Amino acid sequence: MHKTENQKAWFFVLPVLFLVAFNALVPMMTVVNYSVQETFGNNQFFWQGLDWFEQILRSERFHAALGRQFLFTFLILIIQVPLGIIIALSMPKSGFWVPVCLVLMALPMLIPWNVVGAMWNIFALPKIGMLGYFMNNVLGVPFDFTQSPTAAWITIIAMDVWHWTSLVVLLAYAGLVSIPDAYYQAARIDGATPWAVFRHIQLPKMKNVLTIAILLRFMDSFNVYTEPFTLTGGGPGNSTTLLSIDLVKIALGQFDLGPAGAMSLIYFAITLLVSWLFYTLMTRNES
Amino acid sequence: MARITLDRLRHSYFANPKGPEDYALKGLDVEWRDGGAYALLGPSGCGKSTLLNIISGLLMPSEGRVLFDDQDVTGLSPDKRNIAQVFQFPVIYDTMTVRQNLAFPLKNRGVDAARIEQAVGEIAEMLGVQDMLDRRAAGLAPDDKQKISMGRGLVRDDVNAVMFDEPLTVIDPHLKFSLRSKLKELHQRINRTMIYVTHDQTEALTFADEVVVMSLGEVVQIGTPVELFERPAHTFVGHFIGSPGMNVLPAERAGDGVTFRGQAVALDGIIGAASGMLEIGVRPENVRLGAHGVDAVISKISDVGRHKVVETMAGDVKINAITDGEVPAQGSPVKLGFRQDRTRLYADGWLASGEAAQ
Repeated sequence: MHKTENQKAWFFVLPVLFLVAFNALVPMMTVVNYSVQETFGNNQFFWQGLDWFEQILRSERFHAALGRQFLFTFLILIIQVPLGIIIALSMPKSGFWVPVCLVLMALPMLIPWNVVGAMWNIFALPKIGMLGYFMNNVLGVPFDFTQSPTAAWITIIAMDVWHWTSLVVLLAYAGLVSIPDAYYQAARIDGATPWAVFRHIQLPKMKNVLTIAILLRFMDSFNVYTEPFTLTGGGPGNSTTLLSIDLVKIALGQFDLGPAGAMSLIYFAITLLVSWLFYTLMTRNES
Repeated sequence: MARITLDRLRHSYFANPKGPEDYALKGLDVEWRDGGAYALLGPSGCGKSTLLNIISGLLMPSEGRVLFDDQDVTGLSPDKRNIAQVFQFPVIYDTMTVRQNLAFPLKNRGVDAARIEQAVGEIAEMLGVQDMLDRRAAGLAPDDKQKISMGRGLVRDDVNAVMFDEPLTVIDPHLKFSLRSKLKELHQRINRTMIYVTHDQTEALTFADEVVVMSLGEVVQIGTPVELFERPAHTFVGHFIGSPGMNVLPAERAGDGVTFRGQAVALDGIIGAASGMLEIGVRPENVRLGAHGVDAVISKISDVGRHKVVETMAGDVKINAITDGEVPAQGSPVKLGFRQDRTRLYADGWLASGEAAQ
């Protein structure tokens, strides 16, 4: 059969191209623009080359913030993913309680981010907050997130777990309910232990949704700003200054637009690289 | 291996069943001998899957008992009953290789490695899957996956019975035949009780030594394929088995005989005291187009290759006939002769002539 050459379909892509250009490419190009120049205001720019990138990559402050960022993301992932799976496994598969559970699970995710930060701020305050009061006066453990870095870290981790574990739960649950009954029946007949059922039936069937869940949680937690900033403002000291908080300090606090631009691009590259690596590794055996 | 006895089995999916219409199974008494090949045949919703799940222990019956040999297993879980089941859709453990899949039921039961190796080798050879033993099971074609599911059931030698729940549903038509003969061959080699559930008469009749035909939660007939074909105990069996199914004609009683549209019809054997709704049952294979018999008009002729299916109308009653010979044109009047020893009377659906009348 003769194949007609017709490339007009590309025109259908144009609207998307414009949209992406205006909401991503153009803003990003301005960042690139800042990252290679020095400005002293009055719209005067001086070429700086890759100096800012070198300065950021050699800066101990950046290393420390990056380290804290990886620690934060690592901690919330190793808590949220197993916890999300456990909750999804214990949710009912049918009946009256299914919608109830789903709504309860979705609730934390519907709360605006800065409200979550403010809620946990008050919740964890030693004198007036329920959590703070309970820790200090009932358990007798000194707990003050405004003074102790450990308490601050525990609070931001707990807050993120409270806010976002539901996402893992809902995705894992979606994977679980799609498993046909025959698999469970076959496993019973084969005499499989509950662990074997999890390892060989439930986990593989959840693999795709869990990949998405981990990817989303990685990106969101790696770029998180509002909640920890509202809760601790990066303190005490710099102990909870994550990458995004540090970036805002440099860009808007010190008004060093050049280094901030360079840091943004490095930050973006790391997020992209880790996401790509993870996704490629997880989907490598698909074909 | 075991003889399986179903003793006054009833099951309802409702907590408080009221009438018989609430029961998915309305009372079954069946005995299956050890090592036999049986089929449960019936249309969707007749209760055959319910029955299968009760036998395998996935479902607890509302009433009655299930016995393996003489042991009551009604309350035992599937793994304690030593039952194997093959499902409609192939169940494969995606994370494992074919070899690990086949070894899984043995490993869970703590069989020693050397014995597992040997059993897996034997079953792989029987199924013809030796060359794919070390492949990931996830990548196999549906028919190979279904073979592996069967293999997981057959690999254990402590199995009392192997149950098949419409196992060929997702298999391509041209592979169905080969899997079916594979199954038959497996049954002859390992000689275990096998119970095969299906709504496909070809599958049931080719696989089983004895077929249990079910309708609306009841067993309507248990018999060999030949018995089901030649002597249906119920008009449902006559209609469900055969292609096309048995002709069922409204009849009226006239002394010791019966008539159809005013013409006397000779039957096989006596009709005794049959009463209720009377019907004559005769298979299309036993209807002859000829010079004598019931008046009808040809309404359609389908040539299916081996023979012709002639559809005729006697008044508003449709009668099918199967013939190899010449057929008059559509619209021609014909006379239909019924072969007497294969023409029977049914009262309220049940066989009422011949031995059944005594």
